[in-house]
Order: sequence, then structure tokens, then C-alpha cells
Amino acid sequence: MAAVQETIEQVRRIDVEQYKYGFVTDVESDKAPKGLSEDIVRFISQKKNEPEWMLEWRLEAYRRWLTMREPDWARVNYPKIDYQDLYYYAAPKKKKELASLDEVDPEILKTYEKLGIPLREQELLAGVVRPEGERRIAVDAVFDSVSVATTFQKELKDAGVIFMPISEALREYPELVRKYLGSVVPASDNYFATLNSAVFSDGSFVYVPEGVRCPMELSTYFRINEKNTGQFERTLIIADKGAYVSYLEGCTAPQRDENQLHAAVVELVAMDDAEIKYSTVQNWYPGNAEGVGGIYNFVTKRGDCRGDNSKISWTQVETGSAITWKYPSCILRGDNSSGEFYSIAISNGHQQVDSGTKMIHLGKNTSSRIVSKGISAGRSQNTYRGLVSAHRKAKGARNFTACDSLLIGDQCGAHTVPYMEAKNPTAVFEHEATTSKISEDVLFYCVQRGLSQEEAVGLVVNGFVKDVLQQLPMEFAVEAQKLISISLEGSVG
Amino acid sequence: MNAPVAALKTEAEQGLATAFAAAAPGLPGGAAVAAARAAAFDAFAQAGLPHRRLEAWKYTDLRRLMRDAKPLAPPPEAAAKAEAATAGAVIAGLGFRRLVVVDGVFAPDLSDLADLEPGLAIASLADQLAADAPLLPAAFADVLPAAEPAVTLNGALVRGGVVLTVAPGAVVARPLHLAFITTGTAPVAVYSRSLLTLGAGAKLSLIETHEGPEGVDYQVSAVLGLDVGDGASLDHVKITREGSAALHVASLIASVGAAATLTTCGFTLGGAVVRNQAFVRLKGAGTNATLSGVSLLAGRQHADATLMLTHAAPGSTSREVFKAVVDGAARAAFQGKIAVEQAAQQTDARMMARALLLSEEAEAYSKPELEIFADDVQCGHGATTGTLDDQLKFYLMARGIPAKEAEALLIQAFVGEVIDGIAQEGLREALTAATVAWLEARDA
Repeated sequence: MAAVQETIEQVRRIDVEQYKYGFVTDVESDKAPKGLSEDIVRFISQKKNEPEWMLEWRLEAYRRWLTMREPDWARVNYPKIDYQDLYYYAAPKKKKELASLDEVDPEILKTYEKLGIPLREQELLAGVVRPEGERRIAVDAVFDSVSVATTFQKELKDAGVIFMPISEALREYPELVRKYLGSVVPASDNYFATLNSAVFSDGSFVYVPEGVRCPMELSTYFRINEKNTGQFERTLIIADKGAYVSYLEGCTAPQRDENQLHAAVVELVAMDDAEIKYSTVQNWYPGNAEGVGGIYNFVTKRGDCRGDNSKISWTQVETGSAITWKYPSCILRGDNSSGEFYSIAISNGHQQVDSGTKMIHLGKNTSSRIVSKGISAGRSQNTYRGLVSAHRKAKGARNFTACDSLLIGDQCGAHTVPYMEAKNPTAVFEHEATTSKISEDVLFYCVQRGLSQEEAVGLVVNGFVKDVLQQLPMEFAVEAQKLISISLEGSVG
Repeated sequence: MNAPVAALKTEAEQGLATAFAAAAPGLPGGAAVAAARAAAFDAFAQAGLPHRRLEAWKYTDLRRLMRDAKPLAPPPEAAAKAEAATAGAVIAGLGFRRLVVVDGVFAPDLSDLADLEPGLAIASLADQLAADAPLLPAAFADVLPAAEPAVTLNGALVRGGVVLTVAPGAVVARPLHLAFITTGTAPVAVYSRSLLTLGAGAKLSLIETHEGPEGVDYQVSAVLGLDVGDGASLDHVKITREGSAALHVASLIASVGAAATLTTCGFTLGGAVVRNQAFVRLKGAGTNATLSGVSLLAGRQHADATLMLTHAAPGSTSREVFKAVVDGAARAAFQGKIAVEQAAQQTDARMMARALLLSEEAEAYSKPELEIFADDVQCGHGATTGTLDDQLKFYLMARGIPAKEAEALLIQAFVGEVIDGIAQEGLREALTAATVAWLEARDA
């Protein structure tokens, strides 16, 4: 079949050129010595000027981590990680505390400009009167281990919203952080989360007080720049009663031949009637055509619908990373709470994706919805792994799951591993999954109407992921759409 | 995480070691078989009983569910055989050729061996093992996952079973009924293994029934190997009606050749803990496999249907439908995996798992899994869990049908989808009657 052969040929041609974020920024940095020990944990804590209890918390996590084994149940293969051969802390060197964005190393600013994140412009514009209704986004930029800039801080503060690097929050609002940190993902949760608890360096902290609708989208941009560095960021978002916040997250890294480790933890807490929308466009460096290099992305993301009528929604577009191991989950504790998970996972080259979600129904009349779209091309492996469970007391729990996979080329794999556990007769769970390739009939139909083969495939893929793209905030949807075409460039156009 | 669990042996594991040591000298088999048995037991002992940390046994943790190991049942004496005379009564009178396996041993004297159709041969596994036949024929080597614990343990302790051979092209018109029965009032362990080789183009219907004494906590391990040749057609039904305190672990191993047809249906009613696992490998191109199952559970029953279906060649079609009706504090688990290897292009596979929960304490677990390495495929699975639809019930009640009856009708319809797929009319009727009886017992 000519069309199929063509697609395979094109997948083969894919190379690193298409990863346009693969540049390295030349900034001097301040690194902790290589390796991991109690001293490194103390070093990080000291660098961040943390309160004593935080150091204890980290040390306890570190000691716990030493007794744990790396999990091996996911469908991913990678050479053993030498945790002593990594830098656990790297920060762009700076002279003193920054007073404003003007003092940020111009090299870093340039990096973000290249990435299309206008930190500087936004701040310059901040004082200017803006047309009514124009959407703005507050950005927190994390460079290696530290947060370099957070925009719109003042405006957010006026609204009562706290949005700052977590290291700063630990100094300014220690009690608030202490109350929630580790309450969704305990320090002992799993191997990578425990490691993160011990050595996390920065991340975002968001607190939206009772009844406040966050006036703008919040966004964090993560960038791993240093060689051999692990990035361990920690994000904590709390929406108090009746609050609403939408948070976006993007990530990129330079091209390197070694694998870099990214082990983040994200905790969301939604109180009564609160809603959190968390969107991710993950585009870490995926490695080259031979599967050399790339980021190991081992992330623990979990949301706790703690209050009644609360809602947490995860949307993710996963196109990067050599290995993705990520299961954004919802604990539906409050009555009538609801959780959503929308995911597009695209793997190409030698990428391996093992991603999915957990919806744990505990409260009464809780509902959840899972829509997962996996596209595998090249020699990649793409797995959906998800759990839906209803506790004995979770009367009226409702779940709908749809996970569809599309295979492009005959060297890739698509797998589905859903778990459904119902301990309550009133729980209604529905799950459906399909796997197929793009039908020749559909392609023929499009081509017959004057589209080129590539355009036709592009059209079908876009239709395939439409359900999820619609869930993304507008700014991200545009970026995500571009990303999808870049990721599959050569295989679908 | 597959953390190695401490070498501490459970009471059941220690009991199995004792049982093996005591029984080994008396088990059938020549020197080679004895060595294979010892090796199998060593392999089993090393890993121990399967537990929840093994993904395939996640929902049926035998370390917890199997409290102790019973002594191996002795070869059946006259009393046992007398008790076994009624084996398989649930489908008696349908004119099937009944072959009785008493306490794990094939009993030709109780079996109907008259007028065998040409091409059909029936032998005893114990006799074959005595002549040093392998514990598991080579055809099944690539069907089983490595170190499968239940089959490994069965290999060490198996006492007997039936070996069936159907010559190429032979069409056996009269269905074969393998009636397995455990006898006596003492709790014993029974290990049986039966093998079928269906030659190219041959045709056979095979029905298994499993039963035993009520209230006795006996343990059954049954292995059935089905080697279905190219173009052959096999129709298989397994009815599990063990006593209410029994532990039943059954493994079906099937190797299916090109353009062959395999239909298998499991119907589970009795037993305290029942695990039905099937390993099916569609080796030839253009095969057609239909696998289905029904579990009717009440009280504190635990039933697990685990299926591992591999499409290894192009152009095969498979359909799976598994249903569970769960009442009382019973638990139903379904794990189904469809694997499509890279060579298996043009695979068309569909799987459906549905659980109906009838009471507050009922639990259902399902894990329908797809593992796909070929791109030109159509694969799908669906799974649902829920209780009876109130609107449907209301519809029936509005037409004057009492609530209980309406429920029964709906449950019958739910199960009926699977029963309707069975070829023999008599068998369909018997299973429908069994369902009705179950529903009546539920109401009582």
C-alpha cells in the first residue's frame, strides 16, 4: 500500500531538527555538588532559607527514599538511573536578590523569548491601561532549580491570590504551605515523589482565597538548562471555598545526548464549591531519532476534591520526553465532587509513554470523566493506564472513560490497561477503548476530494484529538495544535 | 512494584510441601516425569503461592484466600466411584458421551466408551505419564506465560485426567462430556489435567462439569490443554458447580491453528473461591475465537475470570463477552488481555466485560487490557459496572410484573446474551434452568 509505505518512510526521516527548543542557554550557574546525600538535602534547604520543619520534612523523605525500590511495573524500559551521578540543584548565578525583572540575566530572558513566553513585555505592559476584556496570563518561569521571574504579582495580590515560587511561599506563608504540603501526595507516596520531597528546589505556589475567581490564567514555564541536572519542582495549588483558578504549565529542555531526570510533584486542593483547571503542554526534549538522550519524565500529579461540589480538571498534551510516567489523578472526597482527565499523548521516534489517571470515588454522587487519545508513530510505545474505583460509601458514583489509540506505522505499540473497581452497587462505570489505524477508506475519501495524502491524515488526526483540544485554554490550544503537527511532522504533516 | 516478599512461607505453602513430599512417590509417571514433577515443585516453592503483587493475580490473592493445603485425594475406591455415578447430572439426559474423572483420576468403568466414533481416541493421562509422556505437550510451550504458578503446581501434583485425540478430518457428532467430581466428606486436594489434540479439519464439542460435596472445603486444580489443528473446530463449555466451601483453580491452555474455530464458554455457579484462567494463542492465520463467561455469585463467593488472548498471526477475529452477576458480599473479578503481536495484522478483536451488582456489599473488579504491536488492526474493549436499571424495572412493574420477578427477568436477559451463544440447544436450556434456579435460591 503506497500510502502506508510513504508514512513509514516519513517517520523514518524524522530527526532532531524538529525539536526547535533544543538550544542551550549560556548562563553561569550555581550548582550543588553532584550526588545525593543528607548534606545535599541540607544544602538545598539552606539555599532556600527554609524553616527548620521543612528541613526535617525533607530529611525524613530522604531517609524513606533510601529504603524504597524504583517501581518497574510501567511499560517503559530505560537503563538504570544512577542517582549519584546527577546534580540536584542548579540555579542561574545571580548577584543578589532581584528587585525587578530588569535585573534578570538577559540570557535567561532571551531563552524565554525564544520559547515564546514574553515575560518582560508582559511586565512592561502591566502598568498600561489595557482594553477591557483582554486576557492576560501571569507567568512563573522556572529555570533549572529556581524560579526566575513571576509576573503580575502585584495585581494578583490585590485580588487576594497568592502566586509565587514555593520557596518564597515557604518563607512568607510558612503556615499555609505547611498545612497543605504533602497532604495530597504524602512524602512517602512513591519512589519519585519521595525523591522529590527530599530535594525539590522550586515550583509554584498558588492560593486562591474563599470566593475569589482568579482574575487571570496562571502559568508556569519550566526549563531544564544545565547538563546532568535533575529538575524536581513542586507545585501546590489551593482553591479555597468557592474559588476558581486555571493554571497552565509548559516545559522544554535543550537537546543533550544524556538523559535528564525530571521528577515533579503537583498537588491540588479544592475546597467546597471550588474549581481548579490544570493544563499541561509537555514538550521536554524527546531524544533523537535513534532514541539517544531525552528527558525522563516521572511525575506525580494528584488533585484532592476535598470539599463538596468541588471540581478538578486535568488536561494534558504530552508530546515530549523520552519516557513519560505520569498519572494525574483525582480523589473525589467531597460529595457531588467531580474530576476530569483529558489527555492527548503523542509518541514518535523511540519515545515511551505510560500515562493515564486515577479517579478515586469516595464521596456521594461523585462523577468523573476520562478522555484519553493516544497516537503512536515511529518506534514508540504508548500506554494508557488508569484506575476508576468506587468506595463502599461512594453512593451514586459515575464514571465514563473513553480511550482511543491511533497507530501510525507498524513498528509502534499502543496499549490500554484500565482498572475498574466497584465496591458499591449504585456505582455506574462505563469504559470503552478502541485501537486502530487511519482507515484507508477515510483517506481515500479525502484524497478523492482534492486533499493531499498528508493533509488528509492531518485532518483525521485533528479530528481524533478534537475532544481534548477543546478543553484547553485558548492560548494553549493554539500552541498544542502546533505541537501536534510538529510531533507528527513527517508522519502526518 | 514486584518486591520480593520475605521467604516466610504461609501455612498453605508449608502444607503443599508436605503434601508433595508425601504424595510424590505414589504419583503416576516414570523417572523422567518424576524429575519434571520435582523441578516443577521447586519452581513453585521458590515463588510461592501467587499473591496480589503479581499483576495476573492482583484480585485473587491465593496467599490470603488459600488458608491451608489439603492432603492429596487418594486414588478413588469403590465408595468414591459409587458416589461418582451421578457425576454431571446437571446436563444428564442430553445424550452426550460422558467421561468421568473421580478425584482427579479417569474412571473408564464409569465412562461411556462404547461405539467410539472413528478417529476418536480416549486414554488416561496417568497411563501416559507412566510411559513418561511429557507433563505438557510441546504445542503449549509458547502459550503459557513463563512460570505460571497454577499450572506449575498442577504439574507437580497431577494424579490423572483424560487424554483425547481426534484424527484429522474426523467429525465427532456426539458431544463429549468430561464430568469431574470430588467425593467424600473429608477435605482433600484434587489435581487433574486433561489434554485434547484436535487434528486438522476435525470437529468436536467438549463440555466440562465440575462438582463436589457441599460444605466441604476441598481444593481443585484442573488444567485443560486444547491443541486445535488447522481448520479444526472446537466448541467448549465449562460448568463450574463446586460445593459452597470449595477452592477451584482452573487453567485452560489453547493453541489454535490456521483457519480454526474455537468457541469456549465458562459458566460459574458454585465454589467459595473460583479462578478460571485461560491462555489462548491464535497461532495460525484466519482463526476465529469466541470466548465468553458468566458468573452467578452470592454469599461470600469470589470468582475471577482471567483471560490472556494472543493474536500471533494475521487476519484472525476474536470476540469476548464476560458477565458477572454479584449478590450478597460476593466479589467478581475480570482480567482480560488481548495482545496483538506485530505479525498479526488485520486482527479484529472485541472484548466486553459487564458486571451487575445486586447488593450493597457486592464488589466487581474489571481490567480489560489491550496490548497492540500491529498497526492495521481493529481492536476495542468495553467494560461496565452497575446495578439493575430502575427504569427497566419500572417498565416491567408497570405492566403488572412483581418487583422480584422483574428483577429476575432482567438478570436472565443479562446472562442470556452469553447463553444464547452456546451451540447445543439442550445445553442452553440446562444453563437457563440453572440460572432460574439460582435466581429462585436468591429470592428464598
